[in-house]
Amino acid sequence: MPMLRSLPEEIMQRKFLKQIVFYAAVAIAGSLPITLQAAEVTQEQIKGLDEQVQDIKQDVLQITTELSLLEEKLLFPSNTQVSLFVSLAGSEEMILDAMQIEMDGKVVAKHLYSSKEVEALRLGGVQRIYTGNINTGDHALVAKYIGRDASGDEFRGSSDFTVAKAVGPKFVEIIITGGNVAGNAISFQDW
Amino acid sequence: MFSRRLIFLVACLGSLPVMAASGLKNIELRDLYFGEVLFYAYQDLHFDALARLDIELTQHYRIDESELDPMHLNLGQAEFSVGDIELQYRMDKRAGKAIQAVLGSGVDLATRNMAALALARMYYRKNDAAATLYALDLIKEDIDLSKYEDQSSTDLIGELPEKFWINVAYLRGLASVATGQFTQAIEILESLRNEPSLRGYVLFNLAMAQLQAQQEQEGLVVLDELGRLETDKNDLLALKDKSNLKLAYRLLDSGNAEASQTYFQRIRLDGPYSNHALLGAGWAAAALERFDRALVPWSILHEREKTSYPVQEALMAVPYAYGKLQAYGKSANMYDHAMDVFAFEVSRLDESIKSVRTGKFLEALLDEESKKDENWVVNLRELPDSPETRYILELVASNDFQASYKNYKDLDALEKHVEKWLDDLRMFEELIDIRRAYQEPLLPELEAKFKKLDAQAKLRLEQRNSLAKKIRNMLIAPRPDYLATAEERLVSDQVTALEQYIADRPGEIDERLVKRVKRLRGVLHWRLYSEYDQRLTDAYNHQTSLDEIIEAFKLRYGSFVRTRQAATQSYEGYETPIRKFRTDLFAIQRKLKGIKARQGKLLEALAVNALDARRKRLEDYQIKARFALAESYDRATKAQFDQQIEEQNRLNEERRLQVEGQEDTAAEPVQEDGSEEGTPSILEQIPVN
Repeated sequence: MPMLRSLPEEIMQRKFLKQIVFYAAVAIAGSLPITLQAAEVTQEQIKGLDEQVQDIKQDVLQITTELSLLEEKLLFPSNTQVSLFVSLAGSEEMILDAMQIEMDGKVVAKHLYSSKEVEALRLGGVQRIYTGNINTGDHALVAKYIGRDASGDEFRGSSDFTVAKAVGPKFVEIIITGGNVAGNAISFQDW
Repeated sequence: MFSRRLIFLVACLGSLPVMAASGLKNIELRDLYFGEVLFYAYQDLHFDALARLDIELTQHYRIDESELDPMHLNLGQAEFSVGDIELQYRMDKRAGKAIQAVLGSGVDLATRNMAALALARMYYRKNDAAATLYALDLIKEDIDLSKYEDQSSTDLIGELPEKFWINVAYLRGLASVATGQFTQAIEILESLRNEPSLRGYVLFNLAMAQLQAQQEQEGLVVLDELGRLETDKNDLLALKDKSNLKLAYRLLDSGNAEASQTYFQRIRLDGPYSNHALLGAGWAAAALERFDRALVPWSILHEREKTSYPVQEALMAVPYAYGKLQAYGKSANMYDHAMDVFAFEVSRLDESIKSVRTGKFLEALLDEESKKDENWVVNLRELPDSPETRYILELVASNDFQASYKNYKDLDALEKHVEKWLDDLRMFEELIDIRRAYQEPLLPELEAKFKKLDAQAKLRLEQRNSLAKKIRNMLIAPRPDYLATAEERLVSDQVTALEQYIADRPGEIDERLVKRVKRLRGVLHWRLYSEYDQRLTDAYNHQTSLDEIIEAFKLRYGSFVRTRQAATQSYEGYETPIRKFRTDLFAIQRKLKGIKARQGKLLEALAVNALDARRKRLEDYQIKARFALAESYDRATKAQFDQQIEEQNRLNEERRLQVEGQEDTAAEPVQEDGSEEGTPSILEQIPVN
């Protein structure tokens, strides 16, 4: 690649510039800032530090697992635990904007979706939207959502379900199938 | 702007081998919590995904009857996903172990093959091409395709079998290039050149393999083919530009400047390689001694962002071309301008280096803008201009910097994570205290009431069992007297007493009265025996009703017992684990702090080194510019003096001719020390030097 390498050679050959070289050198030296010595960084250093980072990630993950189990035992004992999950099914053109969950007449969860979350749901991910505690017996669950279709038109859906809580933890999947037809836009699966 | 695009592209190209690494696609979900893991994994929230997956797997293995846990239906995918997500979270050590565990766990061939491919990708990412080939060799190619298809449709693979084999072949081709096995690489990449999913990339790598294998002509032909690719995809357009640039410089370096111009002209003016193309186009014209033409691309470049390498070179190249065109004045002015720009940039670099040293660079790296998502290279563009961020985009082109930066961000996130858990532990303790304060005084009273009710409940249950036993026995041996009503029992007792009274006094009682007692007994007997079946049915129905009530009671009883137990457990037995967790978290926090500080220092050192290199290059330019400026002034002055000498000579000649003419017309004597004598000679005006 032709660079400027030809320039100084040409110029340096000229004797009359010798004086200028001297002055230029003096001028540049004068304009130098405080010396900022750069430290040498070796590949071994980078690799060694990377391994330490991996080890600490492992440590944090391990303690997170234990702490999460403790948290669940403390806050959501299995005999009262209920978890509600949201998944998407049906039209890929549907964009889920928001969800609201009511349990026994009280709003227990609200969520506005980011585009990444919608994409994750679309790919088959399941969002745990609520975890709480309820007594054994029947509980009224109402799921409402707001979404948009491919043309950007907003539509809403709402459906109710009876959560029959027994002794063990209860999991309910709320499946948003989309569409404007009320009644079949949301379905529930008892796990 | 162009350099930013270039860096973005470099980042994108660099990530290509990894982009397809995730096997977490199209998984058939059979466990909600595994679905939650996927929800985070699909958002590239790798820590959250891994943490949840670890929890699920830990819980699954702690269950006695793990086959009852729905997780066991997704267990294969989950085990594989651990390695997959760990790879994406750059935990190569643990990922390697996890993947090798899958390879040795006796799972089906398709999963083993996928695990081997993931392992190969990990090695390739770590620049270990030999290990990549070793891992690829673990993939068994002589498998039953139909079985593989079945497997792929239900397992986590998420790729059609054909795509899988294409990915294997492509990676083998790349690894072969890296290990210098060019013949094998060329053969593999040739076989993939019509693969639509790898369009462009195969051609580029094929050309690189051919050029390295000394197949110069073939390599240039492939680059030319890629350089003419019809596409509207941004990544392929950039790759197309890169091919043309590579080809053009290859020709220019080999002395074929004329031919190189065609390829420089193919490169888009608004693409990421635009600056390099403009610079090269200028040099191609300069090599052909067409400095006027060289000025066209260089002048465009001259006006662009001054931190770019090609632009800085153009600042020197433009006056160089003007000098060659003998426009020395213009050349001198532009060298002067270049020196100003270089001096300004050097001062900005000094400012940046100082800023890095004071820690502002690390703060800027963790700026909110850069945290928005994983596309951090793009986000860095949004950082406000400041000494610490001015050259940041120049720095991120380095792989070492990218890896270190990602680690630094991860460490920062982990630090916050640990702080959150420490806060949560404080909250847990508070919660436990509140629970204890509320429940401890209530429990003794509750316990006393419960004991009383419990005794009553047990009695009633015994009664029920006794009745149930009687009814069951009556089905075998009828006992109508068991089903007599209370009134009938009373009457029966009275009749029995009368019968006894009569028996004790034989002949004393009136016969009519005796007959009447007998009739009473007969009526009672008749009623009990004639209504027995109905009464037994009623008794059975009542028992069934009672059982329903008892069942509900048992549920409430069980619920109460569990609640009572949970109430005790809600505050008992947490002190020791919480204390231990806190100690562990503090230890991790200290360790994290140390590693983060070292990682930060390393990042700063990388930044300072890169900035220092930029600075040295600018200083070099400054020296060259000063020399060139002096030369331009010299040449400009010399040209001016040459012009003046020429003018003086012309005037002298005119005078001489005029004098000769006058001598011819009137032979008047000429004064020897004429007017010219008072005017210094033009030669005298030229400095000695």
